[in-house]
Amino acid sequence: MAAIVMVTLLFVDFSGTAQRWFGWMAKIQFLPAVLALNLAVIAALIILTLVFGRLYCSVICPLGIMQDGFGRLGKLARKNRYSYSKAKNALRYAMLAVMVIAIVAGIGAVVALLAPYSAYGRIAQSLIAPVWAWVNNLLASVAASHESYAFYSVDIWLRGSATLAVAVGTLILLAILAWRNGRTYCNTVCPVGTVLGFFARFSVLRPVIDKSKCNSCGLCARNCKAACIDSAAHTIDYSRCVTCFDCIGKCHKDAISYAPSYGRSKVEVSTDNRPDSGRRNFMTALAALGAAAATQAREKTVDGGLAVIADKKIPARRTRIVPPGAVSLRNMAGHCTACQLCVAVCPNGVLRPSASLDTLMQPESSYERGYCRPECTRCSEVCPSGAIRPLSVADKSAVQIGHAVWIKANCVPLADGVECGNCARHCPVGAITMVPSDPADESSLKIPAVNTERCIGCGACENLCPARPFSAIYVEGHENHRII
Amino acid sequence: MSKDMKTTVSSDPPPENMEKIKITRRDFMKRLGLGTGLTALALTGCRSEAENDAARSAASGDSAEGSMTYRINPKTGEKVSILGYGCMRWPTVRSEDKEGEDVIDQEMVNRLVDTAIAHGVNYFDTSPAYCKGFSERATGIALSRHPRESYYIATKLSNFAPQTWSREASMAMYHKSFKELQTDRIDYMLLHSIGGGNGMDDFRARYIDNGMLDFLMAEREAGRIGNLGFSYHGEIAVFDWALANHDKYKWDFVQIQLNYLDWKHAKQLNPRNTDGEYLYGELEKRGIPAIIMEPLLGGRLSNVPDHIAARLKQREPEKSVASWAFRYAGTHHGVLTVLSGMTYMEHLEDNLHTYSPLVPLNDDEMQFLYDTADLMVQYPTVACNDCKYCMPCPYGIDIPAILLHYNKCVNQGNVAEGTQASNYAEARRAFLVGYDRSVPRLRQASHCIGCNQCSPHCPQSIDIPKELHRIDRYVESLKQNPA
Repeated sequence: MAAIVMVTLLFVDFSGTAQRWFGWMAKIQFLPAVLALNLAVIAALIILTLVFGRLYCSVICPLGIMQDGFGRLGKLARKNRYSYSKAKNALRYAMLAVMVIAIVAGIGAVVALLAPYSAYGRIAQSLIAPVWAWVNNLLASVAASHESYAFYSVDIWLRGSATLAVAVGTLILLAILAWRNGRTYCNTVCPVGTVLGFFARFSVLRPVIDKSKCNSCGLCARNCKAACIDSAAHTIDYSRCVTCFDCIGKCHKDAISYAPSYGRSKVEVSTDNRPDSGRRNFMTALAALGAAAATQAREKTVDGGLAVIADKKIPARRTRIVPPGAVSLRNMAGHCTACQLCVAVCPNGVLRPSASLDTLMQPESSYERGYCRPECTRCSEVCPSGAIRPLSVADKSAVQIGHAVWIKANCVPLADGVECGNCARHCPVGAITMVPSDPADESSLKIPAVNTERCIGCGACENLCPARPFSAIYVEGHENHRII
Repeated sequence: MSKDMKTTVSSDPPPENMEKIKITRRDFMKRLGLGTGLTALALTGCRSEAENDAARSAASGDSAEGSMTYRINPKTGEKVSILGYGCMRWPTVRSEDKEGEDVIDQEMVNRLVDTAIAHGVNYFDTSPAYCKGFSERATGIALSRHPRESYYIATKLSNFAPQTWSREASMAMYHKSFKELQTDRIDYMLLHSIGGGNGMDDFRARYIDNGMLDFLMAEREAGRIGNLGFSYHGEIAVFDWALANHDKYKWDFVQIQLNYLDWKHAKQLNPRNTDGEYLYGELEKRGIPAIIMEPLLGGRLSNVPDHIAARLKQREPEKSVASWAFRYAGTHHGVLTVLSGMTYMEHLEDNLHTYSPLVPLNDDEMQFLYDTADLMVQYPTVACNDCKYCMPCPYGIDIPAILLHYNKCVNQGNVAEGTQASNYAEARRAFLVGYDRSVPRLRQASHCIGCNQCSPHCPQSIDIPKELHRIDRYVESLKQNPA
């Protein structure tokens, strides 16, 4: 339980406190650790599994714990509702193969869909974080009336409709599966579960049925969320057991104990008739929900005595922008599991999940709501998979993630005939100089001249440009980030 | 541009409110945890304080009906209450039909006007420009519910915009005022804020070249205008020219900005402004009654730095900080009435309390206020009185909200000297969190492009882009230097 709370806090706490305290919770997740080549974590998790079984799935994986929550509700509705089923190994290994191929081939969307931690991250970021923020905003309004600065309100906005749809789809599907049958997903679809299951077969400690005490009442099997206890045969499929200990507690005869194995592991292997529709349901649900585009998030409305400010629109960028630390578009695509943690912690409204198919749900930057502020390195601190690598504030100021492009037709001094220079005034690296619009007339209104060699692509100019809905200066991304 | 002022505080907040300013997150949770009961208690605390105040006043009889101090208009013999009602800051509510649009809270305006009249206030000052153009109508609705002889109406020819400089447009504005105010006579008519914009050029264009001043004098002859005068801000040459031609125009009154800070410090704070001492002196010399605007500087003389508040409180523990400013303005004998833009009932009650009757300041107390002014000018507050003449900014900036937030932080000690300051973390949070609360992000100073279309409209002659850019640099330094 603690794990899911900690991981959830990572996704909902916009203040950065949770990330400082529990940031490690994201970094010990299996798949991100694999993609980050974090060998220590991988080794530790494998050793953990070899000793205790799939404890990871019970106490570390947030998606697993979330399913237990729904499973518990299901059991409240009807007791002893589970039953033993044979392992669907063909499906399991097929899903694992798909995952491995997707990672090797760099098909980010598939990796993102199958990664369990990331699936939970999307649910937390898309569905829980807005509620958290809304409650926070309530508290903030109360605080404001008390002249307290303990709470401040934050923007709630839809970062990506595709990602929201995926999160909703995942949640509904898993809720139904878990309600009915417990850990079906973990034992038929989840590639991490399959990998750990492979090691768990050989685990030192495991629940063991004492045949001499067992009266074959089947109570354990009917309470096994992994459907892995064959009470008739007195065997347990350790590749699927998630070490939840429910069976031990349920057994009236004390016939099950968590004990060192003495080479008695016996694995049930079969392909069965039971229609396990996990994957199909999943894909169907996705297809249905993908089409349901949610409405655009709306800003707070303006007061009467104020000029109306049109929302900024996203310019058509030839190359997408990824945050400093991402190193390159390739590095991002190859490592990101689309867990949305960076999106969740970005305090400036810059990061949002991509909607394009080849980088589906992976983060990208845009500057309509804010810009990549010089003092902030939050996304690089939290990324567990090496897609955004840690970098210092000083390093960040020297990483060129893109460069600014001036659009003459939108520029306010030329369009409105007034002085401006807001881009130059806010450029953190001094890459913009204001020059006379008429080279022959020193006193003519000034327009920006961008020194693209010095520009780091932070988007301050684009965000603070008064031209709306399209800025007169915008950032083009760089495929490979450069150090300047 | 003449303006009324606002009294922001009627009775100073009870001590527990002061403490609340610095409550921590934990304290906050604790308070919430104790349930709404405590919150309700705290709120009731504030309210009952104000009520107690009123009760006390009523009990001691010093703001009872009829005890208002009156001044006599030397020309007409009219008895004018020393407290004049400025109608520039009427309370607003969010309208139900138009989303987010603030509209005047007519019901509240009626109540305020009723209370004011019941306690002897009989001077109401409005303008076609106030409250997005709706002040005259709201004022007219509230006043028309009372006998016409029980109050005097003051309004202005607010033809600031060049498109209203023509005789036709100005005339239309003049006639509209009668309609909106539901009257056939304007008791006090003002040329609005002469000296603004381009000084003499604008003044001539607005009132001389189009013959409007001659027309208004004829209207005075005809009795449709009772008294003719002007309000003044800005370019002193225009003020001097108008008074030099007093023999010709026979000004019945002049509206000037007067308070204990501007008496000697107006020019020091901004070289383009003129000390109140000079303005008042020129009127007194000629025996022209003065009507006072900005006696409280839009609340800046009630919402003062903590130790200034303590200083004033120490001297008169039972009187509000604002009352000092009102007594100061009223103490000058040549003053006909002192305008206060009272948004809230508490403002009105406190001012009634101060002026029923006015207890003039003695020389000692006057000196005490001038010494206080010397201390106040050391604070880097911006001289914004929240009149909103600069608005709307074409680029959507909420100028007064930014400047007011900055002033509030200065006064509360939340503008830290540097990252090493002992209160840096707290001050930073208060400034940044409060900033987002007071001003939506898109309307903050970072979006000011410096086009300078606002500054010419500012009656206080503030260099608005310069101040906004200064505040933006400060915000940027706070953001880039976490505690």
